[in-house]
Amino acid sequence: MVEEIGSTAAGDIIINVGPQHPATHGVLHLVITINGETIQKVEPHLGYIHRSIEKMCESLTYRQFIYVTSRMDYLSSHINNHACALCVEKGLQIEVPSRAQVIRVLMDELTRIASHELWWGAMAMDLGAFTPFFHAFREREAINDIMEETCGARLTMNYMVPGGVMQDIHPNFQRRVKEFIALFKSKVNEYNELVTGNIIFQNRMKGVGNLSAADAISFGCTGPTARGSGVSCDIRKLYPYEIYETLNFEEILETGGDSFARYMVRVREMSQSISIIEQLIDNIPEGDFQAKTKAVLKLPKGEFYQRVETARGEFGVYMVSEGGTTPYRIKYRSPGFSNLSALDHMARGSKLGDLVAMMGTLDLVIPDIDR
Amino acid sequence: MWSFSKISKLIDSWLSVHFSSTWTMVIEMVIAGIAVITLFALLGLVLVLMERRVAAWIQIRLGPNRVGPGGMLQSLADTLKLLVKEGMTPDGADKFLFNLAPFIAMIVAMLLMAPIAFASDFQLWNLNIGVLYVTAISSLMVISILMAGWASNNKYSLMGAMRSGAQIVSYELSAGLSIMSIVVLSGSLNLNEIILSQADGWWIFKGHIPVVIAFIIFIIAVTAETNRAPFDLAEAESELTAGFHTEYSGMKFALFFLAEYINVFIVCAIGATLFLGGWMPLHIGHWQAFNHVMDFIPSSIWFFGKTFFLIFLIMWFRWTFPRLRIDQLLDLEWKYLLPISIFNILLITLMAILGWHF
Repeated sequence: MVEEIGSTAAGDIIINVGPQHPATHGVLHLVITINGETIQKVEPHLGYIHRSIEKMCESLTYRQFIYVTSRMDYLSSHINNHACALCVEKGLQIEVPSRAQVIRVLMDELTRIASHELWWGAMAMDLGAFTPFFHAFREREAINDIMEETCGARLTMNYMVPGGVMQDIHPNFQRRVKEFIALFKSKVNEYNELVTGNIIFQNRMKGVGNLSAADAISFGCTGPTARGSGVSCDIRKLYPYEIYETLNFEEILETGGDSFARYMVRVREMSQSISIIEQLIDNIPEGDFQAKTKAVLKLPKGEFYQRVETARGEFGVYMVSEGGTTPYRIKYRSPGFSNLSALDHMARGSKLGDLVAMMGTLDLVIPDIDR
Repeated sequence: MWSFSKISKLIDSWLSVHFSSTWTMVIEMVIAGIAVITLFALLGLVLVLMERRVAAWIQIRLGPNRVGPGGMLQSLADTLKLLVKEGMTPDGADKFLFNLAPFIAMIVAMLLMAPIAFASDFQLWNLNIGVLYVTAISSLMVISILMAGWASNNKYSLMGAMRSGAQIVSYELSAGLSIMSIVVLSGSLNLNEIILSQADGWWIFKGHIPVVIAFIIFIIAVTAETNRAPFDLAEAESELTAGFHTEYSGMKFALFFLAEYINVFIVCAIGATLFLGGWMPLHIGHWQAFNHVMDFIPSSIWFFGKTFFLIFLIMWFRWTFPRLRIDQLLDLEWKYLLPISIFNILLITLMAILGWHF
């Protein structure tokens, strides 16, 4: 147990960052040991927003438990729901109609862009620039409007159901997505002018928070955090689900391993998601949006695992069924938890201001870490 | 032309008829003090509103627009809120120093108001060492910040105060050197005489590129000295929550807040006075007709126009740039700005001796 107040024998000061702190974007508690401005140790204390979602899911039916997962990583709720729906479909061996598959992928990629937009704004805000946050929200708002029309919700969409999606897309969907693509393309240069190309920003990001490829693997980092260190780990490429193998997109890899590399991965990923949406938006096949399923779903006895690529990394659902109407055991593998564990390694020896920048590039969503 | 001196002379003559000379002086001092405090409060309200409107404009949103016409009474409402809020003193804080710090911040800001010439004949104290006075008094600002940070008994506050101490002490050097370059050119420490020396053109035009460099360094240095983004490391919201004033609430916080804005106003006023001619209208060489038209614009409008232009510039910085890290901040000063300033002032001295300026 760390002594919360006071200082160590070496003259280091111990500071509690959080659970209420502007930089943690939630109730994360970091106990940091600093010497002057130099960080000696970072110790994350978790559990402030633990809601025992896994246990909750075990008492809900296979149709119901999907909705709870929207509350984990609330910025990519579609993709969480998607993983759970895929897992149930795997157990029941349901064939999902191709229209539903395309809609799901479209929604996933829109969610990924929305999540990266928010991250981009929050990242700049961590570094003391407030304006990018509002600029990012302008584009994110357009996505939220699309979601609102089709799913009926803006944040916790609950749109994926076992066998497809809950309802068909709104008649305006295609038009508004195209409008969004045009808007995004006209504004993406603004991002580079305002933040990426800024000399202060580059000096703050380059060479700090170094994470080697070997360390990224040993800490279990996934998603843009690991891809910034050159580790190929995009689940959409390595273990394709839905129609991802038929799509033409590239896995973004940066070799820098520093905060700037992680930043660039996410910024470039937004353009890749746009290209995926462009490939699909005019080619949504006709047909059912949902497969015919029984009213009460019962998975056969066994273990099922499904992984997907969320905006933050690899999200896995491990489900054990005893043959009943509710799962016997559910375990989620959330990307934020593993990514956070690399923070101590990255932060040692750097300045206090860099810690905030590193936490920004890890793109932490606290309910995803604690569940 | 209408001018303030008529009113002040009227008051002075009326008072000297009715009171002895000592009492006249005392009453005039009280009137001047009240005038400063009123100006202080008004400036605070205007600048806070301006900051919010400028921020909103840059951030594609509306900003305050509900309280009063165009949101003009918003800062008044905020002040009322802060007045009725409880001003807490944390346990374990050094109560005396904790409560003293905001007042020192305020007093320093008020003292700085004295030698500024707001219009052609509106200056509270025509001090013959005005520039020296301003640089000397503005260094006292760091005391209130260090005092607040130390007395709060909070590690965030202390770190903010330590950062601020390093920052203000460093950036004062290049700010001082930039100011000195104008003193060298005009040959006077008196702010009014510096303005009068710009009757045939502002120093930024007369002084060629070296003065432009000095002006740019001055703007960077004063942005750092007033603890504003991108140099707001003393507050550093995302790192230190609120830095040195983390523990302050209510009116004590408001005093810090007000002092920050008044300091911004003062450094911009000094910048406008030294480089942009203060209340001096824009005069171009021998264009008599043009100069005559310019003279018709009141001098106070010239002064406030230039000052608010510089304030807008500093606000623009704040809402555009990310924050520097503490080591980068000190690198910028000691490795770049200071050597450039030293070289620049040598150049300007050479220019002044050889009479190369216009």
